[in-house]
Amino acid sequence: MNAILIAVAIVGGVGLVGGVLLAVISHFCDTGETNERLAEIRDALPGANCGACGYAGCDSYAEAVENGSAEPNLCAPGGADSAKKLAEILGVEVDLVKKVARVNCNGCTDVAETRYNYTGLPSCKAAAALGGGMKACDFGCLGLGDCVNVCEFGAISVKNGIAVVDETLCGGCGLCAKTCPKQVISIVTAKKAATVPCNNKQKGGQARKVCKAACIGCSACVRACEFGAVKVENFLATIDPEKCTNCGKCVAACPQKIII
Amino acid sequence: MAEQSVWSMVISILLAGILTDNMVLSKFLGICPFLGVSKKLNTAFAMGMAVILVMLLATAVTYPIYVFLLIPFGLEYLQTIAFILVIAALVQMLEIVMKRFMPPLYKALGIYLPLITTNCAVLGITLLHFTNQKIIDFAAASGGYATGKVFVVCMANALGAGAGFLLSMLLFAGVRSRLEKANVPKFLQGLPITLIAASIVALSFLGFAGIA
Repeated sequence: MNAILIAVAIVGGVGLVGGVLLAVISHFCDTGETNERLAEIRDALPGANCGACGYAGCDSYAEAVENGSAEPNLCAPGGADSAKKLAEILGVEVDLVKKVARVNCNGCTDVAETRYNYTGLPSCKAAAALGGGMKACDFGCLGLGDCVNVCEFGAISVKNGIAVVDETLCGGCGLCAKTCPKQVISIVTAKKAATVPCNNKQKGGQARKVCKAACIGCSACVRACEFGAVKVENFLATIDPEKCTNCGKCVAACPQKIII
Repeated sequence: MAEQSVWSMVISILLAGILTDNMVLSKFLGICPFLGVSKKLNTAFAMGMAVILVMLLATAVTYPIYVFLLIPFGLEYLQTIAFILVIAALVQMLEIVMKRFMPPLYKALGIYLPLITTNCAVLGITLLHFTNQKIIDFAAASGGYATGKVFVVCMANALGAGAGFLLSMLLFAGVRSRLEKANVPKFLQGLPITLIAASIVALSFLGFAGIA
């Protein structure tokens, strides 16, 4: 019995001394001023740890913002809200637009031709490894949902063989764009503007052969636009959302009726 | 056994700690920071320095506890628990004090200190002082563990072990920085190839066996 008591007393005593010393030292060495702002910044971030800002996680981004080495508007999931809060905490101004992911393909199962009947793993990456995928179009969405799986916000769903982004849910983190083997997803400013949901860079005739909803690069939209917002490169029209006023002239002019 | 002077003992213990009884590559203690922090040369160096510092401090604190508290009461079997307790508190204190009084040093080493709190290499060296045959023989020849001479030798043992850890970290950081650029088969990428490389580096240290 005595042996146990001694053992308890000695180990407990060592622990007690250590604990008391720790408490005393931390009391006297408390610097006080540090990290209040850091904690505030960290709280203003959404905590998705998605890495879209280019830092390892929300903690390291908060640190970078706190010591001034990072801009406060880099957080994609937090968007305008967190940027505004961060700017308030730091006392600086930021300009800021919400970014969302956009799938540049509208070749759903009704309009897109297929090369073969794919029965393998339900993964775009696996399908893309088989001759570039089952779609006749080399550029389009394969619709097997790799982006759905990687999305932290549940913003993407596959409808009729095409990934569709719910822009109200999308955090704009860009994980889907990185995952997509076809690179058909781009991160764009969430602004009401006309878009060309097509990624086909082939000549018009070839593009039309593989998909009924393909941009054929006819430049009718370029001629229709009064603001110089549309340009055609590689037989594919793109619309600059900064210049677009959503007037709808290109939508009317498009012979393929694909501009929305 | 012939009487051995403290300094010859210190040198032989130091060399043994660095080469033949290398903490990581011969005793396989402290593998976790060895694999985790050895990606870059400068972090490996900082980690190694932090380990040396903590090993020396831990030895300086646990040695008297063992000799003057545990042995007299016959509580040697409690050394693991007692040492964990002491080392954890010690490293925490060191962190707080460094943060307050030596911010540059804290920036350089501070982030590694929490990793060392429960590091088996640090706990290992404090326990190994009392099972190392050379130190036991030396203590027997010079009047038991409670003499200053043996304490000096144990500090040398801690320094040697820390330096050995630093050496293996630096060597391995070099190997890994080469490995980054190598074309590794996909199934071996990441940790598998790192472990294989570690085993080969450990194998090379077998060459030192029998020197001391």
